[in-house]
Amino acid sequence: MLRRSITAIALAVGVAIAPQAARAAGEYDTPPPANLSFQGFFGTFDRAAAQRGLQVYRQVCANCHGLRLVAFRNLRALGLTEEQVAAIAAEYQIVDGPNDEGQMFERPGRASDRFPSPFPNERAARAANNGAYPPDLSVMTKARHYGANYIRALLTGFQDPPEGVEIGEGMHYNRYFPGRQIAMANVLFDDMMEFADGTPATVEQMARDVTTFLAWAAEPEMEQRRQMGIRVVLFLLILGGLTYAMKRRVWADVKH
Amino acid sequence: MAIGLHDSPFKNPVIRWVDRRLPIFTMLQKEYGTFPTPRNFNYFWNFGALAMVNLAIMIATGIVLAMHYTPHVGHAFDSVERIMRDVNFGWLIRYMHMNGAHMFFIVVYIHIWRGLYYGSYKEPRELLWILGVVIFILMMATAFMGYVLPWGQMSFWGATVITNLFSAIPLVGDSIVTWLWGGFSVDNPTLSRFFSLHYLLPFVITGVVFLHVAALHITGSNNPLGIEPKGPQDTLPFHPYYTVKDSVGLVVYGIVFAMLVFFFPLSLGHSDNYIPANPLVTPAHIVPEWYFLAFYAILRAVPDKLGGVVLMFGAILVLFVLPWLDRSPVRSMRFRPIAKWAFLLWTANFFVLIYAGSQPAEGVWVLIARITTAYYFAYFLVILPLLARLERPLPLPESISKAVLRGGGPLPAAAAAKPMEKP
Repeated sequence: MLRRSITAIALAVGVAIAPQAARAAGEYDTPPPANLSFQGFFGTFDRAAAQRGLQVYRQVCANCHGLRLVAFRNLRALGLTEEQVAAIAAEYQIVDGPNDEGQMFERPGRASDRFPSPFPNERAARAANNGAYPPDLSVMTKARHYGANYIRALLTGFQDPPEGVEIGEGMHYNRYFPGRQIAMANVLFDDMMEFADGTPATVEQMARDVTTFLAWAAEPEMEQRRQMGIRVVLFLLILGGLTYAMKRRVWADVKH
Repeated sequence: MAIGLHDSPFKNPVIRWVDRRLPIFTMLQKEYGTFPTPRNFNYFWNFGALAMVNLAIMIATGIVLAMHYTPHVGHAFDSVERIMRDVNFGWLIRYMHMNGAHMFFIVVYIHIWRGLYYGSYKEPRELLWILGVVIFILMMATAFMGYVLPWGQMSFWGATVITNLFSAIPLVGDSIVTWLWGGFSVDNPTLSRFFSLHYLLPFVITGVVFLHVAALHITGSNNPLGIEPKGPQDTLPFHPYYTVKDSVGLVVYGIVFAMLVFFFPLSLGHSDNYIPANPLVTPAHIVPEWYFLAFYAILRAVPDKLGGVVLMFGAILVLFVLPWLDRSPVRSMRFRPIAKWAFLLWTANFFVLIYAGSQPAEGVWVLIARITTAYYFAYFLVILPLLARLERPLPLPESISKAVLRGGGPLPAAAAAKPMEKP
């Protein structure tokens, strides 16, 4: 009896917790699974995809979206060499100072700097974007329901509005965005860039690659976390077996 | 106790020297060594020890987090991300703390459920139970304030919604809210005081846990049969029997905890809390963490604001008087054929409340929340008092050992409550 009720409770907990991140206002389509390299239980970031994603971010997304929590030195984790990281950092101008005259000045970026944001503040961002605020992308895959699946779907989800759907001024139809209207315009077009490794730059490819890059940016610890997790759980399973054997032995002479 | 050096049974000269002056070793031996414990515990009796371990984990990880966290509206969100990215193993410490809170509530909810099912709140354990309810309330306050600290969207708007509940108090409500906030909205003074209190309350909890355990060691533990041990044949020394049994539970707990921390660290949280707090943008759907959802559903089930607040707090406060609402002398639901089903229904009802709390308060969910709220209270205020008079309980076993040994065969020699010989 009790065992059955425990099973029932466990099931009920699962049911109760699953829909917690309930849908935001406005209807939208559920993003399909993206099946990206890091999404499995033991998944790791596809380095080549993440490097291509970095290129997509820098050439496309970075025009409007910041990545302020990620430092250039972090890019080493994607397989870039120290020289490559320094070269990327040096392409950015970083505000530093004050200097000995008390003036702020600009200097080329260093590996220890973080990605500078495209706008100095939210007001400036809104002024340049028709009143909309392009959010910082540093933790974007953690900050949206459906995470990476949502990002990938959103980037490929732009289309002409169906018949009878009114689109607001300066808005765009995207079936994966809550309310299906988004201020961001479609930004990915086939062959708009060339990848160094020769991969064809289709919209789908760029969306998947930049999603991989952003997932890494949001959870740079993911691979280390999973590797440690495997060892911890294996250790605990062995310890659990030994502990249970010990418990059986201690209790062997007691009827209970 | 007489004044003067204590008479210590320990042989080791150092231990003996300390023990004669401050008998902590004698106390440990008495309370955790030979302490007579009913021999028939099931694994539900692991959860008190698990809760204690969980509290220790929360304090240990929390102290480290506080070394790196900045309680300022302009820096809080980023300082948490710095912990995740730049502090050595900061992600591990922070995810342990965050998921440790979820684990703590899972463990404590099961612990409370155990107490309700086996009647652990009844005479003579009323005060033990009341101290437990105090711990539960302190835990909820601590968890709420901790959730505000990362200063994400749900932090900010959760804090706004919950503190605003106090505005329902007639006459002084608005003044109280202003006082709680330290200003006219949830802002920097609110964040810094929540941080201060979030650091303080766990130590208050530790103190009440100490009282809870002290009271437990006066009455002794309840057990699945709900009858008191009648002699040494009904009990076992706590060590090694229950230290080893608790260890089994602890490892299983560790596996569940590790799965959450290492593989599903975000599964129980809300994605909106990774959006930095913005007082100008209200999330479409403000929901608390899962462990508050049942009470949140009760709050929203009442059309009147004050009424909702009263019922929500009442849902917890009713636990304080439970020992006097349920006057049935039979503790364990095993022997209460009607109350058992009423309680299992109450359990299912609680899960429906949790689910209702996660849904927008509209349409059919309002009705469901009202029905489940009604049953939540009816169980305590109507069903249990009535059943205490009307229900005919099943015959209780004569003693724990009789029940364990199925009809009272001769006791095996080893069953007498002797501590295991030290090797």
